[in-house]
Amino acid sequence: MNVDVTPLPGIGVRKEIELRNGRRIGVISHRDGRIELILSRADDPDACVAALPLTVEEAGALANLLGAPQLVNQLNDEHRDLPGITTRKLPIKPNSPYDGRPLGDTALRTRTQVSVVAVMRAGQVHPSPTPDFVLAGGDIVIAVGLADKLEQAADVLSRG
Amino acid sequence: MDHTALELLELGAVFFGLGLLGRLAQRIGLSPIPLYLIGGLAFGSGGIIPLGDIGEFTSLAGEVGVVLLLLLLGLEYTAAELVTGLRRSWTAGVLDIVLNASPGVAVALILGWGPVGAMVLGGVTYISSSGIVAKVLSDLGRLGNRETPVVLSVLVFEDLVMALYLPILTAVLLGVTLWGGVSAVAISLAVISVVLVVALRYGRYVSAIVDSDDREVFLLKVLGAALLVAGFAQAMQVSAAVGAFLLGIAISGSTAENATKLLEPLRDLFAAVFFVVFGLSTDPRAIPPVLGWALVLAVATTLTKIATGWWAARRARIGRMGRARAGAALVARGEFSIVIAGLAVGYAAVPAELSALATAYVLIMAVLGPIAARCAEPVMRAVPVRAPAVA
Repeated sequence: MNVDVTPLPGIGVRKEIELRNGRRIGVISHRDGRIELILSRADDPDACVAALPLTVEEAGALANLLGAPQLVNQLNDEHRDLPGITTRKLPIKPNSPYDGRPLGDTALRTRTQVSVVAVMRAGQVHPSPTPDFVLAGGDIVIAVGLADKLEQAADVLSRG
Repeated sequence: MDHTALELLELGAVFFGLGLLGRLAQRIGLSPIPLYLIGGLAFGSGGIIPLGDIGEFTSLAGEVGVVLLLLLLGLEYTAAELVTGLRRSWTAGVLDIVLNASPGVAVALILGWGPVGAMVLGGVTYISSSGIVAKVLSDLGRLGNRETPVVLSVLVFEDLVMALYLPILTAVLLGVTLWGGVSAVAISLAVISVVLVVALRYGRYVSAIVDSDDREVFLLKVLGAALLVAGFAQAMQVSAAVGAFLLGIAISGSTAENATKLLEPLRDLFAAVFFVVFGLSTDPRAIPPVLGWALVLAVATTLTKIATGWWAARRARIGRMGRARAGAALVARGEFSIVIAGLAVGYAAVPAELSALATAYVLIMAVLGPIAARCAEPVMRAVPVRAPAVA
Protein backbone atom coordinates (compact mmCIF):
# COMPACT_ATOMS: atom_id res chain seq x y z
CA MET A 1 0.00 0.00 0.00
CA ASN A 2 1.36 3.39 -0.98
CA VAL A 3 1.11 6.03 1.73
CA ASP A 4 1.60 9.59 0.49
CA VAL A 5 3.19 11.81 3.12
CA THR A 6 2.89 15.55 2.52
CA PRO A 7 4.37 18.07 4.94
CA LEU A 8 2.10 21.03 5.64
CA PRO A 9 4.49 23.78 6.74
CA GLY A 10 3.36 25.46 9.92
CA ILE A 11 0.50 23.01 10.40
CA GLY A 12 1.72 19.42 10.49
CA VAL A 13 1.84 16.39 8.23
CA ARG A 14 -0.76 14.81 5.98
CA LYS A 15 -0.65 11.06 5.33
CA GLU A 16 -3.09 9.53 2.91
CA ILE A 17 -3.72 6.55 0.67
CA GLU A 18 -5.49 6.46 -2.65
CA LEU A 19 -8.36 3.99 -2.74
CA ARG A 20 -9.13 1.77 -5.69
CA ASN A 21 -11.99 4.05 -6.73
CA GLY A 22 -9.61 7.00 -6.90
CA ARG A 23 -10.67 8.71 -3.67
CA ARG A 24 -8.14 9.67 -1.03
CA ILE A 25 -8.46 8.85 2.64
CA GLY A 26 -5.99 9.83 5.29
CA VAL A 27 -5.15 11.74 8.40
CA ILE A 28 -3.69 15.14 9.16
CA SER A 29 -1.44 15.09 12.22
CA HIS A 30 -1.31 18.60 13.58
CA ARG A 31 1.78 19.86 15.34
CA ASP A 32 -0.15 20.24 18.57
CA GLY A 33 -1.11 16.55 18.49
CA ARG A 34 -4.62 16.92 17.07
CA ILE A 35 -5.65 14.32 14.50
CA GLU A 36 -8.06 14.89 11.63
CA LEU A 37 -9.53 12.20 9.42
CA ILE A 38 -9.92 13.35 5.84
CA LEU A 39 -11.77 11.91 2.86
CA SER A 40 -11.62 13.38 -0.62
CA ARG A 41 -14.77 14.39 -2.46
CA ALA A 42 -16.16 12.14 -5.16
CA ASP A 43 -16.74 14.93 -7.67
CA ASP A 44 -13.48 16.80 -7.00
CA PRO A 45 -10.53 14.60 -6.02
CA ASP A 46 -8.51 17.67 -4.99
CA ALA A 47 -11.02 18.71 -2.33
CA CYS A 48 -12.19 17.09 0.89
CA VAL A 49 -15.70 16.10 1.76
CA ALA A 50 -14.94 16.15 5.46
CA ALA A 51 -12.22 16.74 7.95
CA LEU A 52 -13.21 15.05 11.18
CA PRO A 53 -11.30 15.94 14.33
CA LEU A 54 -10.49 12.76 16.27
CA THR A 55 -9.28 12.36 19.83
CA VAL A 56 -6.40 9.93 20.38
CA GLU A 57 -8.84 7.39 21.86
CA GLU A 58 -11.22 7.72 18.91
CA ALA A 59 -8.39 7.32 16.45
CA GLY A 60 -7.23 4.21 18.32
CA ALA A 61 -10.70 2.69 18.33
CA LEU A 62 -11.08 3.36 14.62
CA ALA A 63 -7.67 1.85 13.94
CA ASN A 64 -8.72 -1.30 15.82
CA LEU A 65 -11.93 -1.55 13.81
CA LEU A 66 -9.97 -1.27 10.61
CA GLY A 67 -6.97 -3.35 11.55
CA ALA A 68 -8.44 -6.30 13.44
CA PRO A 69 -10.37 -7.92 10.53
CA GLN A 70 -7.20 -8.05 8.46
CA LEU A 71 -5.35 -9.85 11.24
CA VAL A 72 -8.21 -12.27 11.81
CA ASN A 73 -8.44 -13.08 8.09
CA GLN A 74 -4.74 -13.70 7.97
CA LEU A 75 -4.83 -16.06 10.94
CA ASN A 76 -7.90 -17.87 9.64
CA ASP A 77 -6.10 -18.41 6.36
CA GLU A 78 -3.13 -19.87 8.18
CA HIS A 79 -4.99 -22.58 10.04
CA ARG A 80 -7.66 -23.28 7.45
CA ASP A 81 -6.62 -26.96 7.34
CA LEU A 82 -7.17 -27.42 11.08
CA PRO A 83 -10.84 -28.48 11.37
CA GLY A 84 -12.95 -26.52 13.84
CA ILE A 85 -10.25 -24.01 14.72
CA THR A 86 -11.16 -20.36 14.11
CA THR A 87 -9.92 -16.94 15.06
CA ARG A 88 -12.11 -14.32 16.71
CA LYS A 89 -11.88 -10.75 17.88
CA LEU A 90 -12.89 -10.40 21.50
CA PRO A 91 -13.33 -6.76 22.53
CA ILE A 92 -12.42 -5.54 26.02
CA LYS A 93 -15.15 -3.01 26.78
CA PRO A 94 -14.28 -0.04 28.98
CA ASN A 95 -16.50 -1.45 31.76
CA SER A 96 -15.03 -4.96 31.50
CA PRO A 97 -13.79 -6.44 34.78
CA TYR A 98 -10.40 -6.94 33.12
CA ASP A 99 -9.94 -3.28 32.18
CA GLY A 100 -6.62 -2.45 33.81
CA ARG A 101 -5.79 -6.00 34.89
CA PRO A 102 -3.14 -8.31 33.50
CA LEU A 103 -4.06 -10.90 30.88
CA GLY A 104 -3.05 -13.69 33.28
CA ASP A 105 -6.01 -12.82 35.55
CA THR A 106 -8.46 -13.91 32.87
CA ALA A 107 -7.12 -17.50 32.95
CA LEU A 108 -8.63 -17.91 29.46
CA ARG A 109 -6.40 -20.83 28.54
CA THR A 110 -7.39 -22.80 31.65
CA ARG A 111 -11.07 -21.93 31.55
CA THR A 112 -11.83 -22.11 27.82
CA GLN A 113 -8.78 -23.70 26.12
CA VAL A 114 -8.50 -20.80 23.67
CA SER A 115 -5.14 -19.16 22.97
CA VAL A 116 -4.65 -15.44 22.88
CA VAL A 117 -2.40 -14.78 19.88
CA ALA A 118 -2.40 -11.00 19.92
CA VAL A 119 -3.91 -7.89 21.43
CA MET A 120 -4.76 -4.91 19.25
CA ARG A 121 -4.47 -1.51 20.82
CA ALA A 122 -4.87 1.75 18.88
CA GLY A 123 -4.30 -0.09 15.63
CA GLN A 124 -1.02 -1.55 16.89
CA VAL A 125 -0.69 -5.31 17.09
CA HIS A 126 0.92 -6.66 20.25
CA PRO A 127 1.69 -10.27 19.25
CA SER A 128 1.86 -13.16 21.76
CA PRO A 129 1.14 -11.12 24.87
CA THR A 130 2.59 -12.51 28.12
CA PRO A 131 0.34 -13.18 31.14
CA ASP A 132 1.52 -9.91 32.71
CA PHE A 133 0.31 -7.84 29.71
CA VAL A 134 -2.12 -5.30 31.20
CA LEU A 135 -5.41 -5.07 29.32
CA ALA A 136 -7.23 -1.78 28.82
CA GLY A 137 -10.72 -0.80 27.75
CA GLY A 138 -10.88 -0.54 23.95
CA ASP A 139 -8.36 -3.34 23.38
CA ILE A 140 -9.28 -6.14 21.03
CA VAL A 141 -8.06 -9.61 22.02
CA ILE A 142 -7.41 -11.90 19.09
CA ALA A 143 -7.98 -15.49 20.19
CA VAL A 144 -7.76 -18.86 18.44
CA GLY A 145 -9.76 -21.89 19.42
CA LEU A 146 -12.90 -23.95 18.84
CA ALA A 147 -15.94 -21.91 17.91
CA ASP A 148 -18.03 -22.69 21.01
CA LYS A 149 -15.05 -22.18 23.32
CA LEU A 150 -14.51 -18.75 21.78
CA GLU A 151 -18.12 -17.91 22.73
CA GLN A 152 -17.24 -18.77 26.30
CA ALA A 153 -14.09 -16.71 26.15
CA ALA A 154 -16.07 -13.69 24.98
CA ASP A 155 -18.35 -14.17 27.97
CA VAL A 156 -15.42 -14.41 30.36
CA LEU A 157 -13.91 -11.19 29.07
CA SER A 158 -17.14 -9.22 29.30
CA ARG A 159 -18.45 -10.62 32.61
CA GLY A 160 -15.41 -11.92 34.46
CA MET B 1 -7.16 63.64 37.93
CA ASP B 2 -3.47 62.81 38.13
CA HIS B 3 -1.43 61.72 35.16
CA THR B 4 -1.17 58.01 36.00
CA ALA B 5 -4.90 57.66 36.50
CA LEU B 6 -5.56 59.24 33.14
CA GLU B 7 -3.05 56.99 31.38
CA LEU B 8 -4.49 53.88 32.98
CA LEU B 9 -8.00 54.92 32.05
CA GLU B 10 -7.03 55.57 28.46
CA LEU B 11 -5.07 52.36 28.15
CA GLY B 12 -7.90 50.40 29.70
CA ALA B 13 -10.36 52.00 27.33
CA VAL B 14 -8.18 51.08 24.35
CA PHE B 15 -7.77 47.44 25.41
CA PHE B 16 -11.41 47.05 26.31
CA GLY B 17 -12.43 48.64 23.04
CA LEU B 18 -10.14 46.21 21.19
CA GLY B 19 -11.76 43.33 23.05
CA LEU B 20 -15.19 44.45 21.93
CA LEU B 21 -13.93 44.85 18.36
CA GLY B 22 -12.37 41.38 18.48
CA ARG B 23 -15.67 39.94 19.65
CA LEU B 24 -17.45 41.71 16.83
CA ALA B 25 -14.90 40.26 14.39
CA GLN B 26 -15.60 36.75 15.66
CA ARG B 27 -19.33 37.33 15.36
CA ILE B 28 -19.17 38.28 11.70
CA GLY B 29 -16.39 35.80 10.92
CA LEU B 30 -13.75 38.40 10.08
CA SER B 31 -10.10 38.68 10.92
CA PRO B 32 -9.81 41.21 13.77
CA ILE B 33 -6.95 43.06 12.05
CA PRO B 34 -9.11 45.47 10.01
CA LEU B 35 -11.21 46.26 13.06
CA TYR B 36 -8.11 47.02 15.16
CA LEU B 37 -6.96 49.37 12.42
CA ILE B 38 -10.33 51.09 12.47
CA GLY B 39 -10.04 51.32 16.24
CA GLY B 40 -6.69 53.03 15.86
CA LEU B 41 -8.12 55.43 13.30
CA ALA B 42 -10.94 56.30 15.65
CA PHE B 43 -8.65 57.02 18.60
CA GLY B 44 -5.99 58.89 16.61
CA SER B 45 -5.63 62.50 15.62
CA GLY B 46 -8.55 63.56 13.48
CA GLY B 47 -10.51 60.54 14.69
CA ILE B 48 -13.70 60.40 16.71
CA ILE B 49 -12.16 60.27 20.18
CA PRO B 50 -8.57 61.49 20.01
CA LEU B 51 -6.55 60.00 22.84
CA GLY B 52 -3.72 62.04 24.19
CA ASP B 53 -0.70 60.75 25.90
CA ILE B 54 -0.41 56.99 25.92
CA GLY B 55 2.08 57.31 23.09
CA GLU B 56 5.20 56.21 24.92
CA PHE B 57 3.86 52.90 26.13
CA THR B 58 1.89 52.06 23.02
CA SER B 59 4.69 52.75 20.55
CA LEU B 60 7.09 50.46 22.42
CA ALA B 61 4.34 47.88 22.85
CA GLY B 62 3.74 48.11 19.11
CA GLU B 63 7.42 47.39 18.47
CA VAL B 64 7.19 44.37 20.77
CA GLY B 65 4.09 43.35 18.80
CA VAL B 66 6.06 43.28 15.55
CA VAL B 67 8.86 41.29 17.18
CA LEU B 68 6.38 38.73 18.53
CA LEU B 69 4.50 38.51 15.22
CA LEU B 70 7.69 37.61 13.41
CA LEU B 71 9.04 35.40 16.20
CA LEU B 72 5.92 33.25 16.11
CA LEU B 73 6.03 33.16 12.35
CA GLY B 74 9.55 31.77 12.62
CA LEU B 75 8.48 29.29 15.29
CA GLU B 76 5.83 27.90 12.94
CA TYR B 77 8.39 26.69 10.48
CA THR B 78 11.28 24.37 10.89
CA ALA B 79 14.44 25.15 8.97
CA ALA B 80 14.00 21.94 6.97
CA GLU B 81 10.52 23.06 5.89
CA LEU B 82 11.91 26.37 4.74
CA VAL B 83 14.66 24.77 2.72
CA THR B 84 12.39 22.25 0.99
CA GLY B 85 9.79 24.98 0.44
CA LEU B 86 12.44 27.12 -1.18
CA ARG B 87 13.56 24.29 -3.45
CA ARG B 88 10.08 23.26 -4.44
CA SER B 89 8.28 26.51 -4.94
CA TRP B 90 10.82 29.03 -6.06
CA THR B 91 9.32 29.44 -9.53
CA ALA B 92 5.87 30.15 -8.12
CA GLY B 93 7.56 32.36 -5.53
CA VAL B 94 9.30 34.46 -8.16
CA LEU B 95 6.08 34.78 -10.17
CA ASP B 96 4.36 35.81 -6.94
CA ILE B 97 6.86 38.65 -6.43
CA VAL B 98 6.65 39.88 -10.02
CA LEU B 99 2.85 39.78 -10.26
CA ASN B 100 1.96 41.14 -6.85
CA ALA B 101 4.64 43.72 -6.14
CA SER B 102 4.20 45.35 -9.60
CA PRO B 103 0.80 46.97 -8.96
CA GLY B 104 2.06 48.56 -5.74
CA VAL B 105 5.26 49.74 -7.39
CA ALA B 106 3.32 51.16 -10.34
CA VAL B 107 0.80 53.06 -8.21
CA ALA B 108 3.55 54.52 -5.99
CA LEU B 109 5.42 55.75 -9.06
CA ILE B 110 2.25 57.19 -10.59
CA LEU B 111 1.56 59.08 -7.36
CA GLY B 112 5.12 60.41 -7.43
CA TRP B 113 6.36 58.76 -4.24
CA GLY B 114 9.68 57.88 -5.77
CA PRO B 115 11.66 54.63 -5.69
CA VAL B 116 11.54 54.32 -1.88
CA GLY B 117 7.76 54.67 -1.83
CA ALA B 118 7.56 52.18 -4.70
CA MET B 119 9.63 49.67 -2.78
CA VAL B 120 7.43 50.05 0.30
CA LEU B 121 4.10 49.84 -1.51
CA GLY B 122 5.35 46.91 -3.60
CA GLY B 123 6.04 45.05 -0.37
CA VAL B 124 2.62 45.99 1.01
CA THR B 125 0.78 44.57 -2.00
CA TYR B 126 3.08 41.57 -2.36
CA ILE B 127 2.86 39.80 0.95
CA SER B 128 -0.15 37.67 1.83
CA SER B 129 -1.24 37.37 5.42
CA SER B 130 -0.13 33.89 6.44
CA GLY B 131 -2.15 34.26 9.64
CA ILE B 132 -5.44 34.95 7.84
CA VAL B 133 -4.75 32.39 5.11
CA ALA B 134 -3.91 29.55 7.50
CA LYS B 135 -6.98 30.31 9.59
CA VAL B 136 -9.27 30.44 6.56
CA LEU B 137 -7.90 27.14 5.23
CA SER B 138 -8.51 25.38 8.52
CA ASP B 139 -11.93 27.03 9.05
CA LEU B 140 -13.07 25.90 5.62
CA GLY B 141 -11.73 22.38 6.24
CA ARG B 142 -9.32 22.57 3.35
CA LEU B 143 -6.23 21.22 5.10
CA GLY B 144 -6.83 17.87 3.43
CA ASN B 145 -7.09 19.39 -0.02
CA ARG B 146 -4.45 18.71 -2.61
CA GLU B 147 -3.87 22.38 -3.37
CA THR B 148 -3.22 23.29 0.27
CA PRO B 149 0.50 22.34 0.30
CA VAL B 150 0.90 24.54 -2.78
CA VAL B 151 -0.68 27.49 -0.96
CA LEU B 152 1.41 26.89 2.15
CA SER B 153 4.66 26.64 0.21
CA VAL B 154 3.94 29.98 -1.45
CA LEU B 155 3.43 31.46 2.02
CA VAL B 156 6.71 29.93 3.23
CA PHE B 157 8.51 31.45 0.29
CA GLU B 158 6.96 34.86 0.99
CA ASP B 159 8.08 34.74 4.59
CA LEU B 160 11.63 33.99 3.51
CA VAL B 161 11.48 36.86 1.04
CA MET B 162 10.33 39.06 3.94
CA ALA B 163 13.47 38.10 5.83
CA LEU B 164 15.54 39.35 2.91
CA TYR B 165 13.37 42.33 2.04
CA LEU B 166 13.07 43.94 5.48
CA PRO B 167 16.82 44.50 6.01
CA ILE B 168 17.13 45.92 2.50
CA LEU B 169 14.14 48.16 3.12
CA THR B 170 15.61 49.30 6.43
CA ALA B 171 18.85 50.20 4.69
CA VAL B 172 16.98 52.10 1.98
CA LEU B 173 14.79 53.94 4.50
CA LEU B 174 17.87 55.03 6.41
CA GLY B 175 19.00 56.56 3.14
CA VAL B 176 22.26 54.69 2.94
CA THR B 177 24.46 54.91 -0.09
CA LEU B 178 24.45 52.24 -2.78
CA TRP B 179 27.49 50.62 -1.18
CA GLY B 180 25.76 50.66 2.21
CA GLY B 181 22.70 49.04 0.63
CA VAL B 182 24.80 46.32 -0.97
CA SER B 183 26.59 45.61 2.30
CA ALA B 184 23.24 45.50 4.16
CA VAL B 185 22.01 42.93 1.66
CA ALA B 186 25.23 40.96 1.95
CA ILE B 187 25.11 41.02 5.75
CA SER B 188 21.48 39.91 5.87
CA LEU B 189 22.05 37.16 3.31
CA ALA B 190 25.01 35.90 5.30
CA VAL B 191 23.08 36.06 8.56
CA ILE B 192 20.10 34.21 7.07
CA SER B 193 22.35 31.49 5.66
CA VAL B 194 24.17 31.11 8.98
CA VAL B 195 20.89 30.90 10.88
CA LEU B 196 19.49 28.30 8.49
CA VAL B 197 22.63 26.18 8.81
CA VAL B 198 22.68 26.56 12.59
CA ALA B 199 18.98 25.73 12.78
CA LEU B 200 19.38 22.68 10.56
CA ARG B 201 22.45 21.33 12.36
CA TYR B 202 22.41 22.71 15.89
CA GLY B 203 18.77 23.74 16.38
CA ARG B 204 18.58 21.64 19.53
CA TYR B 205 21.33 23.68 21.24
CA VAL B 206 19.52 26.95 20.52
CA SER B 207 16.35 25.34 21.84
CA ALA B 208 18.22 24.11 24.91
CA ILE B 209 19.36 27.63 25.79
CA VAL B 210 15.81 28.98 26.05
CA ASP B 211 14.08 25.77 27.13
CA SER B 212 12.88 25.29 30.69
CA ASP B 213 10.32 23.09 32.41
CA ASP B 214 9.07 26.00 34.44
CA ARG B 215 6.53 28.05 32.52
CA GLU B 216 7.50 31.36 34.04
CA VAL B 217 11.23 30.90 33.50
CA PHE B 218 10.61 29.69 29.96
CA LEU B 219 8.40 32.65 29.10
CA LEU B 220 10.92 35.15 30.43
CA LYS B 221 13.81 33.43 28.65
CA VAL B 222 12.07 33.23 25.28
CA LEU B 223 10.76 36.78 25.44
CA GLY B 224 14.11 38.06 26.66
CA ALA B 225 16.01 36.22 23.93
CA ALA B 226 13.63 37.51 21.27
CA LEU B 227 13.97 41.13 22.37
CA LEU B 228 17.76 40.79 22.72
CA VAL B 229 18.13 39.34 19.24
CA ALA B 230 15.68 41.90 17.83
CA GLY B 231 17.52 44.78 19.47
CA PHE B 232 20.86 43.46 18.29
CA ALA B 233 19.53 43.07 14.74
CA GLN B 234 18.16 46.61 14.88
CA ALA B 235 21.57 47.87 16.02
CA MET B 236 23.17 46.05 13.09
CA GLN B 237 20.57 47.81 10.91
CA VAL B 238 19.08 44.49 9.81
CA SER B 239 15.62 45.26 11.28
CA ALA B 240 14.35 43.95 14.59
CA ALA B 241 11.57 41.95 12.99
CA VAL B 242 14.00 39.86 10.93
CA GLY B 243 16.13 39.09 13.99
CA ALA B 244 13.06 37.77 15.77
CA PHE B 245 12.01 35.76 12.71
CA LEU B 246 15.40 34.09 12.46
CA LEU B 247 15.46 33.30 16.18
CA GLY B 248 12.06 31.69 15.72
CA ILE B 249 13.42 29.49 12.94
CA ALA B 250 16.42 28.47 15.03
CA ILE B 251 14.20 27.31 17.89
CA SER B 252 12.69 23.99 16.92
CA GLY B 253 10.91 20.85 18.05
CA SER B 254 8.93 20.71 21.26
CA THR B 255 10.56 23.90 22.52
CA ALA B 256 9.07 25.76 19.56
CA GLU B 257 5.64 24.27 20.21
CA ASN B 258 5.68 25.20 23.88
CA ALA B 259 6.97 28.67 23.11
CA THR B 260 4.16 29.15 20.59
CA LYS B 261 1.55 28.14 23.15
CA LEU B 262 2.98 30.51 25.76
CA LEU B 263 3.55 33.46 23.49
CA GLU B 264 0.33 33.38 21.46
CA PRO B 265 -1.75 35.41 23.91
CA LEU B 266 1.10 37.89 24.34
CA ARG B 267 1.45 38.21 20.60
CA ASP B 268 -2.26 38.80 20.18
CA LEU B 269 -2.16 41.54 22.80
CA PHE B 270 0.92 43.36 21.54
CA ALA B 271 0.10 42.88 17.85
CA ALA B 272 -3.32 44.41 18.50
CA VAL B 273 -1.56 47.38 20.06
CA PHE B 274 0.70 47.58 17.03
CA PHE B 275 -2.26 47.76 14.62
CA VAL B 276 -3.84 50.43 16.80
CA VAL B 277 -0.61 52.42 16.90
CA PHE B 278 -0.44 52.24 13.12
CA GLY B 279 -4.05 53.38 12.93
CA LEU B 280 -3.26 56.16 15.42
CA SER B 281 -0.46 57.43 13.24
CA THR B 282 -2.78 57.59 10.25
CA ASP B 283 -5.12 60.53 9.93
CA PRO B 284 -8.50 59.17 8.83
CA ARG B 285 -9.06 62.38 6.87
CA ALA B 286 -6.20 61.27 4.60
CA ILE B 287 -8.02 58.11 3.55
CA PRO B 288 -10.84 59.36 1.27
CA PRO B 289 -8.42 60.98 -1.24
CA VAL B 290 -6.51 57.68 -1.65
CA LEU B 291 -9.54 55.39 -1.48
CA GLY B 292 -9.83 55.23 -5.26
CA TRP B 293 -6.24 54.04 -5.57
CA ALA B 294 -6.76 51.57 -2.75
CA LEU B 295 -9.69 50.07 -4.67
CA VAL B 296 -7.66 49.94 -7.89
CA LEU B 297 -4.87 48.12 -6.01
CA ALA B 298 -7.37 45.81 -4.32
CA VAL B 299 -8.88 44.71 -7.63
CA ALA B 300 -5.53 44.39 -9.40
CA THR B 301 -3.78 42.48 -6.63
CA THR B 302 -6.76 40.20 -6.04
CA LEU B 303 -6.48 39.15 -9.67
CA THR B 304 -2.69 38.80 -9.53
CA LYS B 305 -2.81 36.64 -6.38
CA ILE B 306 -5.48 34.43 -7.94
CA ALA B 307 -3.27 34.11 -11.02
CA THR B 308 -0.29 33.20 -8.81
CA GLY B 309 -2.18 30.49 -6.96
CA TRP B 310 -3.80 29.24 -10.16
CA TRP B 311 -0.43 28.87 -11.86
CA ALA B 312 1.27 27.26 -8.85
CA ALA B 313 -1.59 24.77 -8.46
CA ARG B 314 -1.58 23.98 -12.16
CA ARG B 315 2.10 23.10 -11.94
CA ALA B 316 1.19 20.67 -9.18
CA ARG B 317 -1.30 19.07 -11.62
CA ILE B 318 -4.39 20.15 -9.73
CA GLY B 319 -7.80 20.56 -11.38
CA ARG B 320 -9.53 23.85 -12.20
CA MET B 321 -11.53 23.95 -8.96
CA GLY B 322 -8.42 23.43 -6.88
CA ARG B 323 -6.54 26.09 -8.85
CA ALA B 324 -9.29 28.60 -8.17
CA ARG B 325 -9.31 27.67 -4.47
CA ALA B 326 -5.53 28.05 -4.24
CA GLY B 327 -5.62 31.44 -5.93
CA ALA B 328 -8.46 32.79 -3.84
CA ALA B 329 -6.90 31.51 -0.62
CA LEU B 330 -3.85 33.71 -1.16
CA VAL B 331 -5.76 36.97 -1.62
CA ALA B 332 -5.81 38.11 2.02
CA ARG B 333 -3.26 40.73 3.04
CA GLY B 334 -2.87 41.75 6.64
CA GLU B 335 -0.35 41.98 9.42
CA PHE B 336 2.84 41.96 7.34
CA SER B 337 1.65 44.63 4.94
CA ILE B 338 1.09 46.81 7.98
CA VAL B 339 4.50 45.83 9.40
CA ILE B 340 6.14 47.01 6.17
CA ALA B 341 4.13 50.24 6.01
CA GLY B 342 4.72 50.84 9.73
CA LEU B 343 8.47 50.45 9.29
CA ALA B 344 8.44 53.01 6.48
CA VAL B 345 6.28 55.47 8.42
CA GLY B 346 8.54 55.01 11.45
CA TYR B 347 11.56 56.26 9.52
CA ALA B 348 9.51 59.13 8.08
CA ALA B 349 10.98 58.32 4.68
CA VAL B 350 7.64 58.17 2.84
CA PRO B 351 4.75 60.61 2.45
CA ALA B 352 1.90 60.39 4.96
CA GLU B 353 -0.51 59.44 2.18
CA LEU B 354 1.29 56.12 1.91
CA SER B 355 0.23 55.00 5.36
CA ALA B 356 -3.32 56.10 4.58
CA LEU B 357 -3.26 54.13 1.34
CA ALA B 358 -1.72 51.07 3.05
CA THR B 359 -4.36 51.26 5.78
CA ALA B 360 -7.23 51.50 3.31
CA TYR B 361 -5.73 48.72 1.19
CA VAL B 362 -5.25 46.32 4.11
CA LEU B 363 -8.73 47.14 5.42
CA ILE B 364 -10.15 46.06 2.07
CA MET B 365 -7.91 43.03 1.57
CA ALA B 366 -8.21 41.58 5.06
CA VAL B 367 -11.98 41.55 4.60
CA LEU B 368 -11.96 40.56 0.94
CA GLY B 369 -9.46 37.69 1.35
CA PRO B 370 -11.59 35.33 3.43
CA ILE B 371 -14.66 36.22 1.33
CA ALA B 372 -12.77 35.41 -1.88
CA ALA B 373 -11.64 32.09 -0.42
CA ARG B 374 -15.24 31.20 0.41
CA CYS B 375 -16.61 32.29 -2.95
CA ALA B 376 -14.01 30.55 -5.13
CA GLU B 377 -16.02 27.36 -5.58
CA PRO B 378 -19.49 28.84 -6.20
CA VAL B 379 -18.01 31.31 -8.69
CA MET B 380 -16.18 28.54 -10.52
CA ARG B 381 -19.38 26.50 -10.69
CA ALA B 382 -21.23 29.45 -12.16
CA VAL B 383 -18.61 29.86 -14.87
CA PRO B 384 -19.44 27.50 -17.72
CA VAL B 385 -16.70 25.04 -18.56
CA ARG B 386 -15.89 24.71 -22.23
CA ALA B 387 -14.88 21.09 -22.01
CA PRO B 388 -17.62 18.60 -21.08
CA ALA B 389 -17.56 17.82 -17.37
CA VAL B 390 -16.13 14.42 -16.60
CA ALA B 391 -18.26 12.47 -14.20
